[in-house]
Amino acid sequence: MANTALADPDAGLTQAQLAARYGLRVAGERPSLAEYTRRLWAYRHFIAAYSNAKLVASFSNARLGQLWQVLTPLTNAAVYYLIFGLVLKQNSIPNFIAYLTAGLFIFNFTQTAVQNGTQSITGNLGLIRALHFPRACLPLAVMLTQFQQLMASLVVLMGIVLVTGEPLTVEWLLLVPVVLLQALFNAGLTMAVARMGSKVADLKQVMPFLVRTWMYGSGVLYNVALFEENLPSWATRIVEANPMLVYIELARHALLEGAPLLNSSMVQAWTYAVAWAVVMGVGGFIYFWRGEQEYGRG
Amino acid sequence: MAEHIETSNDVTVTLPRIVERIPTVVVDDAHVIYRVHKGAAGGTSPVAALKRIMSRTSAPNIREVHAVKGVSFTAYRGEAIGLIGSNGSGKSTLLRAIAGLLPVNRGAVYTQGQPSLLGVNAALLNDLPGERNVTLGCLAMGMQPADVARLAPEIIEFSGINERGDFASLPMRTYSSGMAARLRFSIAAAKKHDVLLIDEALATGDKGFRKRSEQRVRELREGAGTVFLVSHQLSSVRDTCERTIWLESGVLRMDGPTDEVLRAYEDFSNKK
Repeated sequence: MANTALADPDAGLTQAQLAARYGLRVAGERPSLAEYTRRLWAYRHFIAAYSNAKLVASFSNARLGQLWQVLTPLTNAAVYYLIFGLVLKQNSIPNFIAYLTAGLFIFNFTQTAVQNGTQSITGNLGLIRALHFPRACLPLAVMLTQFQQLMASLVVLMGIVLVTGEPLTVEWLLLVPVVLLQALFNAGLTMAVARMGSKVADLKQVMPFLVRTWMYGSGVLYNVALFEENLPSWATRIVEANPMLVYIELARHALLEGAPLLNSSMVQAWTYAVAWAVVMGVGGFIYFWRGEQEYGRG
Repeated sequence: MAEHIETSNDVTVTLPRIVERIPTVVVDDAHVIYRVHKGAAGGTSPVAALKRIMSRTSAPNIREVHAVKGVSFTAYRGEAIGLIGSNGSGKSTLLRAIAGLLPVNRGAVYTQGQPSLLGVNAALLNDLPGERNVTLGCLAMGMQPADVARLAPEIIEFSGINERGDFASLPMRTYSSGMAARLRFSIAAAKKHDVLLIDEALATGDKGFRKRSEQRVRELREGAGTVFLVSHQLSSVRDTCERTIWLESGVLRMDGPTDEVLRAYEDFSNKK
């Protein structure tokens, strides 16, 4: 426009040329993937503080406060045990209650991370429009909050497992890599749904159905042997590769002695677990990064 | 419009030019379009939602708001620029676009370094105590934990929320709106800035706090290269800015020396 025309050495330059001449950058330009990763790392304290704050805030109005972190998974387990253990009498599985709670808590980690992740951009528009930070902080904080919830749930789970008469073995240590791989998988998935949710607000409505379908396909509530009995074998192979089924099976394998498993070899299950974590973790991150400029338009 | 621009340049040219005029913010025909959800207006059932995703049509309850319509200007180092206009004329949106917080749909905004937006609307967690919010806000601005620990007491002291008892340890939802605004301003003002964008921030709080915050803004201005100020209080624009941009309905109406623009703006508002 005309107002640059008189700035002598810059006369005749368009706005874009003027900007280029003085080395100005496009505002809110998307950084390179390496730079973005570096910035995200610099914001790790923010991610930790934000997820902690969310965790504290979620119970701050409840009279029992942080106790709900343990009470919620316990109540959940009690309800499902009532239906599937007592009313429907699943007695093909030894120690059904431990089998059920292991599946339930592991699945719940992904379920809530995905459901809250869908809204992690749309629910924080105020923050996004006011401050500058790598937006991946938000879905990652959601994942981290749920990870802390999972820790509380796992303490409950171990208590249930011990009380129901399972021995404490070295195999329990396998739970650590299982949970870490699942966390990586969830981080990627949460970032992916966060970007989708920021584009399509309706995803929030559809998500509960998708997640519930996924839950039924992950053998959370019943014996995984049912898949083999009722599905054609190619479909069983697909179910075997279902990441949630894999993480749940590995957790059950680590904690329980006689739990039925769908994956016949543990090597296969671990391969799936690592592959899903890496593919989803890296893929979700790149997918989220590619949309970095668009967050905040609402 | 063109004659105002020329006079603006005449004024800057007559000033003793010690340094070359270095642009810090270049806005080139920027358009910002918001998508606003009007809320539940039927068709929000899960089935309808799935249908919409499948057929890739946008929901009937989304409206697009064209908030900034092709604004162009250049800001130089050492300038303080006021942004005025009636409510809803796109001032705050333009600031956010300059800060890179809202993407532009067409055109471009170029900046030197990372501009900081000093606003009072930084959303914090209302269920958490004020001091936790201070920590969180500072970390969100990219400070290191050590700096945050050092600055936090100063920020709370500056905000004055502890003047009537220990409010810093109470959840923010218990604060009056003025107190919350003061705390948010204090957090935002704790950081050093290259290009500083100030959005109505001077109007918060009581008289004592306003004095303190004006003092703080002056300090920040001395350190910053370019300052933008959005305000409805024309007196504070007159006090702080030598150049003023007037936006009306998302269009740049006038750009020039503060006195001239304010006179035209006052005529315009009185006529309405």
